[in-house]
Amino acid sequence: MSTTTRSAIPMPPAAAKALVAAGGLATAASTFVHWTWTSEFPGDLTVDGYPGGLQILTLVAGLLTALFALPLYHVKGTRWLSPAGPEAAALVLAAGAFATTWFTLIAISYELGGVANLEPGGYLAGLASLLPLLGALGLPREATAERWQSTGNPAAALRFAVSKLVGTRPDQRPAAPLNRWVEVLIIIAAAAIGLTVFTYGITTEYGELFIGFLILAAFGAWALMRGGLIAQLTAINARHRGTTTAAAFAAAAAFPFTQSDDHFASVGVNILIFATVALGLNVVVGLAGLLDLGYVAFLGVGAYAAALVSGSSSSPVGVHFPFWAAALTGMAAALVFGVVIGAPTLRLRGDYLAIVTLGFGEIFRIAVNSLDGISGPKVTNGPNGIRNIPDLDILGFNFGAEHSFGSFTLGRFANYFLLMLLVTAFVVVIFSRANDSRIGRAWVAIREDETAAQAMGINGFKLKLLAFALGAALAGLAGTVMAHVSYSVVPDPYQFAGPVPPNSAFLVAAVVLGGMGTISGPLLGATLLYLIPEKLVFLKNYQLLVFGIALVLLMRVRPEGLIANRRAQLEFHEDAADAEPPVTDEPVLTKAGA
Amino acid sequence: MTTSTVPAQRPADQAPGTPILEATGVIMRFGGLTAVNNVDLTVNSGEIVGLIGPNGAGKTTFFNCLTGLYVPTEGTVRYKGTVLPPKPHLVTQAGIARTFQNIRLFANMTVLENVLVGRHTRTKEGLFSAILRGPGYRRAEAESRERAMELLAFCGLDHKAEHLARNLPYGEQRKLEIARALASDPGLLLLDEPTAGMNPQETRAAEELVFAIRDKGIAILVIEHDMRFIFNLCDRTAVLVQGQKIVEGDRETVQNDERVITAYLGAPLEGATEAAAATEAPAASTDPSTEDDQ
Repeated sequence: MSTTTRSAIPMPPAAAKALVAAGGLATAASTFVHWTWTSEFPGDLTVDGYPGGLQILTLVAGLLTALFALPLYHVKGTRWLSPAGPEAAALVLAAGAFATTWFTLIAISYELGGVANLEPGGYLAGLASLLPLLGALGLPREATAERWQSTGNPAAALRFAVSKLVGTRPDQRPAAPLNRWVEVLIIIAAAAIGLTVFTYGITTEYGELFIGFLILAAFGAWALMRGGLIAQLTAINARHRGTTTAAAFAAAAAFPFTQSDDHFASVGVNILIFATVALGLNVVVGLAGLLDLGYVAFLGVGAYAAALVSGSSSSPVGVHFPFWAAALTGMAAALVFGVVIGAPTLRLRGDYLAIVTLGFGEIFRIAVNSLDGISGPKVTNGPNGIRNIPDLDILGFNFGAEHSFGSFTLGRFANYFLLMLLVTAFVVVIFSRANDSRIGRAWVAIREDETAAQAMGINGFKLKLLAFALGAALAGLAGTVMAHVSYSVVPDPYQFAGPVPPNSAFLVAAVVLGGMGTISGPLLGATLLYLIPEKLVFLKNYQLLVFGIALVLLMRVRPEGLIANRRAQLEFHEDAADAEPPVTDEPVLTKAGA
Repeated sequence: MTTSTVPAQRPADQAPGTPILEATGVIMRFGGLTAVNNVDLTVNSGEIVGLIGPNGAGKTTFFNCLTGLYVPTEGTVRYKGTVLPPKPHLVTQAGIARTFQNIRLFANMTVLENVLVGRHTRTKEGLFSAILRGPGYRRAEAESRERAMELLAFCGLDHKAEHLARNLPYGEQRKLEIARALASDPGLLLLDEPTAGMNPQETRAAEELVFAIRDKGIAILVIEHDMRFIFNLCDRTAVLVQGQKIVEGDRETVQNDERVITAYLGAPLEGATEAAAATEAPAASTDPSTEDDQ
């Protein structure tokens, strides 16, 4: 993989570079004219002079492409943008700009009924976004094009390209540590950028804009990974773990202050609940390797326990616990439930355990449906659930009321968002400390090889039960907050599979999609899995179909999840690193063959 | 030519110590099949005992009976005078550690983590102390790491502590399995074919390692197909054929026993030199790829 300078499209390197840079700028410029004639397409793309709606995404993509073209010209001070090689990052970003723009054009044509609805500005944008992609394909690249040309087999070339693109480059040299304060500033800047991107995504007002956002965010993240910036950032984060965690939580805590409307705060708090439960499930699935398909029941147990002691008028238990006591009650109830379910089932392994936990999850839902005073004792009011759960009041701070801090106003959901953030932080601390300990190592050992783990003196059953109980208690804790956030607790959400989270299937998907055994993986996976159904309501019946296809594709190209832990990365992409050596001698082979 | 492989002469200071492991009348039946039939075996302290036999003789099954993976149908296994509980983790806690015939490392954990898992029974820190991270927890964790690094150095793996176990070469994976077993501070180490698939140099290194372990005061029971390895190492060797122990004794006794020769080669031909058959037959059976009963 030394000095091959072939490219997918043959052209002079100077022309290719110019095409990327100019094309990026042209794409950005094309967003300042109107793309369609009617404002029926959401976001109003009919105005000249400034971009609107999806055009803003194209603008950002075009500018990013132009920015990442600078290292191609060796512009001083831009080398850090793509330390592992600017060509790959430029290609991925160019593809991102192309995808975002063409998605918009196709969406306009489809929704308004024909390409006639595109104005010249739209065609201009389509052509302009093609330029950087062509240019980037013309850049000298090492392996992908090589493989294609030498074998003449596009399928093999594509497979190789995918395996090369999704893996991080093994040959990247580790970055030298910077000044301590510079690194801290970088972490803060990264957290701020993360908050901005997240806030934009969560506040997208219509489905098309959200899809465009997802496309751009995915390509952007991919480009940063290919360019090596993510690896640099990870290295910096590893040197300042405390700072990184603090910055991430500060950014999350800043989220409600960026919102004037409580609606998105309510989305935010639900994401946090879902993400926290996913992190609890990660103890069970990611660390101990126990596939639990009925995990949402523990969330339900926590929520019901908290609702019963909340002082609600429809609760048959006439007590009103303060929050700390309610939280402990919820945790304890879920823990007991976890042990009761775990003790008989954890003697099973693998698929059998999954099926039995699935069954217990459904038993919980059916049981609370039946405890309505008719089919069974009156505890949960059956399908009506426990309603009118009063808002929390901690030390005189009423979570139901609006509070003003200077120019900021925090509504009801914003209050709960901040409370839930504390709970999430608590769960993160427990997860990371348990993971990095004698107990955590024993869990991972059981996941790797239970027989060998037992032969090393690990009491498999006891430790699996411990993982089950801890996971259940964490879910129960999240459930106590959830009961208060949603005013009422009803049996419906606590099922195995459904179109909206939280349900057990979505929880497992969030853990697997995000990355098993990591902290940020399930948080990110849960965020995506909550936002996608929330934003793609317009797909109606096709929602789960599209969702399923997306999951299958993702697992095909990135089986270790979005955020791979160190082990999984090595586990799944060993072949990608091994695939490099043949490249050098293949031209010789083709010559000999010809 | 057959006598040229002179075994390393063991020093005669091997006082037959107190019995560490006493297996009496162990019978293991799987339905109608009797895999281990009434086997008695004693391992004394400071001793290296070999267990050989043709494939399918029940050696690994016998091992599994000793370590609690199987509960013997009949018979008892005593370790230092107490009957062993039929649970693998309790056996390890009592002081018997083992390695596996087909390497069973925790492939996606680092080398150091593998050994730390081996320390599990000798440390006590539970979930709460892990979460609270008090000074006692940190001290215990530091001690565990120190001990694990010592063991890695002992096995010559300390420079690879942060590698993933799966990425080690085959011979080092075998060593790591031994280091992991030693981490539980055992009084008796059971090695199931420790040199399977190794080249002669690696086998030689493994011999040195086994002697070094014995010199730490750990008794060793080893299953092996490599006869040279067995006879170099072991103070005593027991031969298992079709679930039954047919002979036990030193090199000479085993090599000259007709039943052993029959078991490995079938009935001797008319007029064949028995002495030649005795030494060549076991040597021919050192096929690493053979599967034992598991």
